[in-house]
Amino acid sequence: MRKTLWRALARSPKATAGAILLAVFTVLALFPGLFARDSPTAEAYQRNLGPSAAHLFGTTGLGQDVFAQAVYGTRQVLEIAFGAGLASTLIAAVIGVAAAYLGGFWDGALSLFTDVVLVIPLFPLLIVIAAYVHNSGTGVLIAVLTFTGWSYTARQLRSQALSLRSRDFLAAARVRGERAAYIIAVEILPTMISLLVAAFLTNALYDVLFASSLQFIGLGDPNSVSWGTMLYWAENNEALQTGYYLQAIVPGAAIALLGAAFALLNYAFDEIGNPALRPVRAPRARRRLASIRTRRLADA
Amino acid sequence: MTASRSAELIRADHLTKHFKIGGALARGTLHAVDDVSFALREREIVALAGESGSGKSTVARLLARVYPPTSGSVTFFDAAGAGKPLSALRSRRDALRYSAQVPMVFQDPFSSLNPVFRVSHGVLRALKLHRPELSAAERQAEAARVFDVVGLGAGMLGRFPHELSGGQRQRVGFAQALATRPRLILADEPVSMLDTSIRIGLLNLMAKLRDSEGASILYITHDIASARYVADRLIVMYAGRIAETGPVEDVLAAPRHPYTQLLLSAVPDPKAPPPSLEAMAAAAGERGEPPKVIDPRPGCRFQPRCPVAIGQCATVTPELLPLGTGEAACHVAQAGAEVKAFS
Amino acid sequence: MLEVSGLTVDYLTGGNPVRAVDGVSLDVQPGEFVGIVGESGCGKTTLLFAIARLLSPPAVVTAGSVTFRGENLVTMTERRLNAVRWQNLSVVMQSAMNALNPVMPVGAQFADALRAHGARSRKVIAARSAEVLRLVGIDAVHLGSYPHQLSGGMRQRAMIAMALLFTPDLVIMDEPTSALDVVAQRSLMTQIKELQRELGFAVIFVTHDMSLVSHYSDRLVVMYAGQVAEAGPTRRIFDSPLHPYARGLLEAFPGIRGAKVPLKGIPGAPPDLSVIQNGCRFSPRCPVKLPECETTAPALLDHEGTSVRCLLYDPSPAPVTAASRPLTRPRQSRRRSDGIA
Repeated sequence: MRKTLWRALARSPKATAGAILLAVFTVLALFPGLFARDSPTAEAYQRNLGPSAAHLFGTTGLGQDVFAQAVYGTRQVLEIAFGAGLASTLIAAVIGVAAAYLGGFWDGALSLFTDVVLVIPLFPLLIVIAAYVHNSGTGVLIAVLTFTGWSYTARQLRSQALSLRSRDFLAAARVRGERAAYIIAVEILPTMISLLVAAFLTNALYDVLFASSLQFIGLGDPNSVSWGTMLYWAENNEALQTGYYLQAIVPGAAIALLGAAFALLNYAFDEIGNPALRPVRAPRARRRLASIRTRRLADA
Repeated sequence: MTASRSAELIRADHLTKHFKIGGALARGTLHAVDDVSFALREREIVALAGESGSGKSTVARLLARVYPPTSGSVTFFDAAGAGKPLSALRSRRDALRYSAQVPMVFQDPFSSLNPVFRVSHGVLRALKLHRPELSAAERQAEAARVFDVVGLGAGMLGRFPHELSGGQRQRVGFAQALATRPRLILADEPVSMLDTSIRIGLLNLMAKLRDSEGASILYITHDIASARYVADRLIVMYAGRIAETGPVEDVLAAPRHPYTQLLLSAVPDPKAPPPSLEAMAAAAGERGEPPKVIDPRPGCRFQPRCPVAIGQCATVTPELLPLGTGEAACHVAQAGAEVKAFS
Repeated sequence: MLEVSGLTVDYLTGGNPVRAVDGVSLDVQPGEFVGIVGESGCGKTTLLFAIARLLSPPAVVTAGSVTFRGENLVTMTERRLNAVRWQNLSVVMQSAMNALNPVMPVGAQFADALRAHGARSRKVIAARSAEVLRLVGIDAVHLGSYPHQLSGGMRQRAMIAMALLFTPDLVIMDEPTSALDVVAQRSLMTQIKELQRELGFAVIFVTHDMSLVSHYSDRLVVMYAGQVAEAGPTRRIFDSPLHPYARGLLEAFPGIRGAKVPLKGIPGAPPDLSVIQNGCRFSPRCPVKLPECETTAPALLDHEGTSVRCLLYDPSPAPVTAASRPLTRPRQSRRRSDGIA
């Protein structure tokens, strides 16, 4: 099954594109020094320069190199995306699947808890929390995003687990004498891998957007290097109004590209999990080819 | 006769299971199993036959302790002959020991194995849970042994379920049951979803398990022909109650309950010459189906479809009484009359 | 009336195409009951869908024709197909719960079908709906019932009633009795036979249960691995099956009456249809195979009124080498080479 998974991924153009994009960003995050000569925080250059050979995307209102900021900022964004994405998916998986499997009272209690958290308006809550904790660093952002992000995924995974509950191998495990915790962790969750990965990718995507939004409105740590803070300073600098477009476009484009990477991979995993969504190759060309082959057969 | 020699293994006494159904507006009680009593002995295959809704799967699940009965009891006898009711098995250790001795094989080969793990997973887990005295190497050896017994061979241990055919997967199910040295295997329609040419292989395997591994098998099925092929005794259920029991050849040669006669007449025999259309129409005028037993009144549940029903049948529920070499729950048969309801 | 000629259906999945139906030919005379029998994977359902033009991608008809009353169904336009469907040719699916709309009363679904083919008057629709229900033995009051309110047997009969709305010439049935118990099964089969006698339509009945069609079909087509293995009058095939697979199938049925004998079944599994087989497709499992069976693919030949695809009955086998079939390189498939069922 794993072999077919890799083969399916390799064959899907969406997966390949998404994977390449994500790989590029990961490399940038891990080895920023290889790509950007300048330090992102050094206010060493002339302010508000346009693009040139020395500064690929120009400089900011404080004299920092935009390209270096974009490259170094990748790390924080990916940390948040993976950190919050993984954490919220894990919590959602445990709560959602446990609710589905245990049923009865536990399902009622866990679902009620999930629904309450779900109903809390997300963005205002984010703002309140982030404002309360001044200058939220990466850790706080991850915690906040995880707390608000798990409930929707938990409902999704619960309904998917409910449909798996009637599988005989779960009844076989129960009759065999396995404990409920074992069944949830070892028998159910591994069969939902593609669903979990898709949930993670969705969460990662939204975490990138939300984190950047929070930083943009100033609730992040303005001294950290991140795409969201780049947007914050660009706004502060009135970059768009004064014509220094790159200061705003570069971080915006980076966010969009990373989001697209997650979205493409998400589509690809959806197609793998649900064959009905797979694009169908045009049959007409093959029919012509097949009829040529059958003609050759008749002649042989 | 074997029956008198071999010891009693499990006994159901007036086993009853009701389910509450319906929403707030139309509540009712579904009588899935009503007053079912039977005994299984060592080294015998007993077929529990009936149509859908007869309660046969519910009986299996009651024996497997999936849920507790509404009333009645199931007594399990250990090797020394001491019996213990299932309701007394409270500790996890007792429950584990019981499920080791009475495992279940499921119907659907395509969902009975977890697709993520190799096919040895279930066997190894069962060994780990129920025979903790074995070392890891001994577990592997035992897994190889049970795979050999079911005809798969140790080489298949490393395969994944999607690489196996339906028949092979069902054999894995039997291997999982065998791993814990069972005394009774509950087989819930194990061949219903397999192709006909493969069923015989599994049925032969069941007979082999009885002979060489000493396990009894409760074979739940709706197919009388396969029940005849593999079983020693037959229990016929209808609408939650037992209609007739007895040695399989006796029941099929001279069925006493009208429902058994109806079932037998409806099984097409390909080797017999085809009856004329008129004969078929006359026989198939019987168009009814087994009832969903919701809040039933007393009386025989087969009475609405029975051509030989007498007055008593509509008001008094027939009891399962000994008749000939077996038992039958039919007023007409118990009165001594020869029942010839369906040819 | 229906003539299938050399029909070939491929499933164009990502890798090698799977040839589910390989050059199948059969014909159906008016009023005839033809049973298509085979086990899972033999291609019978795909064949049925191909005849009824119900295939959806990735399944594609890559060769052959289906001539129904003189017209080729494979190349027919959608518009002409809609006219033919249900008027002259209707389909009864395997599970009524899947085919009937669960949120519409049965009568409304009949009305839908009638209106789709031009019926306008409500009175006519009601009358016709009640009439077909009466034909299958259901009280007309059930026109207002939802599918889940009917029992399994009644649902299947309602399906058949719907198929008979326009008294078509041909009704194709895909295992309509598999969800029913044996008593309801016999009742339904007898009903179908009676209706056939009364209304004169032909039936193609696809099933994996040979014993079911033994009493009802005029002719039998046994399929294996996408090809016709044997075809002929039902009684003749049951009394003396020629093809080793048909023989094995018949012997795999334990009988209710008569002596109790140990049976063997057919060990092994059907071949992987994405790989071109050299020689006879049944040879790995065949108990009486000859050495040439592994290299020479047998053709479907006539043997005393029965068509059979087996070298045992081929007077002069001409070797058809696999080299001319370029679909794919044969590769060893793990599952199929086990020899265990």
